[in-house]
Amino acid sequence: MSEPKQIVIVGASLAGLQAAQTLRRASFEGSIVLIGDEPHFPYDRPPLSKQFLAGAWEEEKLRLRAAVNPSELGLDWMLGVAATGLDLDLRTVALGDGRTVTYDGLILACGAHARSLADHPPGVFTLRGLDDARALRSALDTGPARVCVIGAGFIGAEVAATARERGLDVTMIEAAAAPLVRVLDAGAGLAIAELHRRHGVDVRLGVGVNEVQAGADGRVERVLLADGSAVEADVVVVGIGVVPNTGWLEGSGVSIDNGVVCDSTCLAAPNVVACGDVARWNNPRYGRLTRVEQWDNAVDQGAYVARRLLEEGGVDPEPFAPVPWFWSDQYDRKIQLAGVTGPNAEVVNGSLDEQRFVQLYADDSGRFVGALAWNRPRQAIQARQLLEQEAGLDEARAALGG
Amino acid sequence: MKVVVDFDLCESNAVCMGIAPEVFEVRDDDMLYVLDEHPDAALHDRVREAVSRCPKQAISLED
Repeated sequence: MSEPKQIVIVGASLAGLQAAQTLRRASFEGSIVLIGDEPHFPYDRPPLSKQFLAGAWEEEKLRLRAAVNPSELGLDWMLGVAATGLDLDLRTVALGDGRTVTYDGLILACGAHARSLADHPPGVFTLRGLDDARALRSALDTGPARVCVIGAGFIGAEVAATARERGLDVTMIEAAAAPLVRVLDAGAGLAIAELHRRHGVDVRLGVGVNEVQAGADGRVERVLLADGSAVEADVVVVGIGVVPNTGWLEGSGVSIDNGVVCDSTCLAAPNVVACGDVARWNNPRYGRLTRVEQWDNAVDQGAYVARRLLEEGGVDPEPFAPVPWFWSDQYDRKIQLAGVTGPNAEVVNGSLDEQRFVQLYADDSGRFVGALAWNRPRQAIQARQLLEQEAGLDEARAALGG
Repeated sequence: MKVVVDFDLCESNAVCMGIAPEVFEVRDDDMLYVLDEHPDAALHDRVREAVSRCPKQAISLED
């Protein structure tokens, strides 16, 4: 692309803001339009289920650093307005308030929204954005007798931990045999279940939810489970995953399949790139389409696509091939995974009993593919670097063993 | 450039150490140590990246 004049970013959260910041750092002097459907300046989401929900932090502390002074990057902010349509031929984005914005380059960073129950009474919450967190925090402030968390993924497990630390009575229900099954192996997932039980959470695994019932006052009263049991609850939090925000792109010509489908350089259409939770790209490291709902990926990919867009039409760009990495804080445990899990797991440092350990994962051919670190932050980062270097299992054992 | 860490926010995730080990080190006590508060210009890009990628947003830069 020859000297774009206007770059439009749809999505004013971590990935979108990181892209904007990277464009400016790369000396892009054209105009940058940042469109966000929430009325808030960009804020950090991980504390929503932790410090903010606990009542330890107020909203000002959530603001992302690059947005603390909103005029600093010279952005054209369009907040509180949703993108509603894309025309690839005219290179325009339509907005919910009737306006249209023209782009030379477009960055799709429009994220995802929380999945919820089809039909539910008041008192049932999801947690994705600041408004959700405000509502849930207010509900917890009233001191409900019983909190029921449906789904033991990151959000569910973190909300359960925070609610428990607030002294509330918490039940956590998971349909799968262990928490966090989408990202961890069953053994590590069960260690998380054990962590919650030690802190007094009633953890129910391998049982689905049939219905959330209201009481005489119309508010939530109990959750009926598939095994016939019932959990009384005044507040229900649903953490059953997210859905990428692609509805507004239907029919635009951009390929949609569980996210915006991109090539290995995150290109979705001519002069259109995608990053963050909405992007599904072919990570050559794993040879498959991948969509990553992780904080660090949003930062990394946001920066990558900004550079990618400026280089469009120049030399062939390097593909985006990161080693994934995430963390989750539950109680006083810091849980980090570098890479991916595999069928073969071995603890090389500490032990599950101590709740402080490093576990290495290898695939069927014995190749080192990932490391899980519980309260071993330094080793998690070392493991990530070893994975980037495609180190072998022996090398990982030597470097990360205790 | 002066590197400032808010130790009330820092949780020793060691991301910064991975990006700029000349400046940041997390030791066996799980505490972060800033090895060089005034890094050379050659390190500035990586230090800025460490600021962006700190999951606790605990690092800032002063002129």
